[in-house]
Amino acid sequence: MSKYLLDKFLYTVDRDPDLVERYREEPHDLVTWWEAELANAVLNCHTGEATTWLRFTDDERAALIGHDHVRLFELGAHPFLTLTLFIAMFERDNSEPLEYQKAFGARLAHFDMPYPDIAT
Amino acid sequence: MASIVAVIASTHHPFYYRATTATGADRPPFADEWERKILAFRETLTRANPDVLVMVGSDHFHQLWLDNMPQFLVGKAPFYDANWYNEEREFGLPRMLLKGQEDLSAHVLRAGLDAGFDLAFSNELRIDHSITCPIITLRPEADLPIVPIYTNIFAPPLPQPSRFVKLGETIRQIVEEWPSHLRVAVIGTGHLSLELGGPRQFGPHGPDPDFDRRAVEWIATGDLDNCLREVTLDSLHSPGNATHGFMDFMLMMGVAGAGAKADHVDTLDLFHTMEAYFTWYPNGAPS
Repeated sequence: MSKYLLDKFLYTVDRDPDLVERYREEPHDLVTWWEAELANAVLNCHTGEATTWLRFTDDERAALIGHDHVRLFELGAHPFLTLTLFIAMFERDNSEPLEYQKAFGARLAHFDMPYPDIAT
Repeated sequence: MASIVAVIASTHHPFYYRATTATGADRPPFADEWERKILAFRETLTRANPDVLVMVGSDHFHQLWLDNMPQFLVGKAPFYDANWYNEEREFGLPRMLLKGQEDLSAHVLRAGLDAGFDLAFSNELRIDHSITCPIITLRPEADLPIVPIYTNIFAPPLPQPSRFVKLGETIRQIVEEWPSHLRVAVIGTGHLSLELGGPRQFGPHGPDPDFDRRAVEWIATGDLDNCLREVTLDSLHSPGNATHGFMDFMLMMGVAGAGAKADHVDTLDLFHTMEAYFTWYPNGAPS
């Protein structure tokens, strides 16, 4: 399990307007591209060096491709990162204020305390 | 020596700016009351006539990331750019540029290290809404130099609640020992009960009104004994999955001092969270 890499995906996509749009429109292509090109980039570091060992599990990759925020929660992805990115992608489809945010919470209603561990 | 002319603790609701700048049909029904409370809160800082602001907040995965995560970090720079693309996108927050009080940053770092806190530092820090929200609510002119102090309330493993209190007590002592004639206000923001990205988010109130009631009482009366007895890293999961931000309130209780009753206390029950505002005057209320 690579919670860190899930968080890294959510973090790096959320901060780039172009990647947010690509993830919304073409999640399979974007996730595949990101894992090949960015998963091993050392952030906040000069270019030319890279990590060699980071990759998603099949389950994690499927959750990202499926925009499956419920599974991401279950896998221990940081809920702040998931929420922020998913609001960026889907709030625009709201027909009333906070519609997406409330539905996002409702889809998680079956989780009891304690929630899945988010420690990386 | 410098004097601490006000200690202020507050929630940092990123929707305030958009809610209170909206007009007509876009203006939410709660905006007028919210703005009234903020204007009264702002007056508590204005009356103290500060020269410098020490600002305690927490980076929301903007500049600080899991590959290199500090527990406590002090900004030491002549300027701080502020707010990020995703805060502009989601909250409509404006880009800002704040001046830094670099000599006080250097003093806090040196004295903090000598007092047993191995503080990280940053010479190029872009701050986020945990610090700009109180600038917007308390000092919208954004004309005073700041010393930003970031805490990790976000990415476990986190420091213990008692460590936040101790850091607050240490900041109080360090600032009061700063060889300067300047008037300093220490302002920190955190959360009461809060859920983000979980099943209890965006309800009609904060996720745990009972916790909020007790928390406001602890802060308003400086009741660190009961607060520290009840609050643990584990217990903070129950009021809501983002409630560890309450530890920044505990830090500010440390700055204010055990048993210090707040001179200004106000709350606002909003959807999603309880807002809470506190001001202490360590040297007596300004006339």
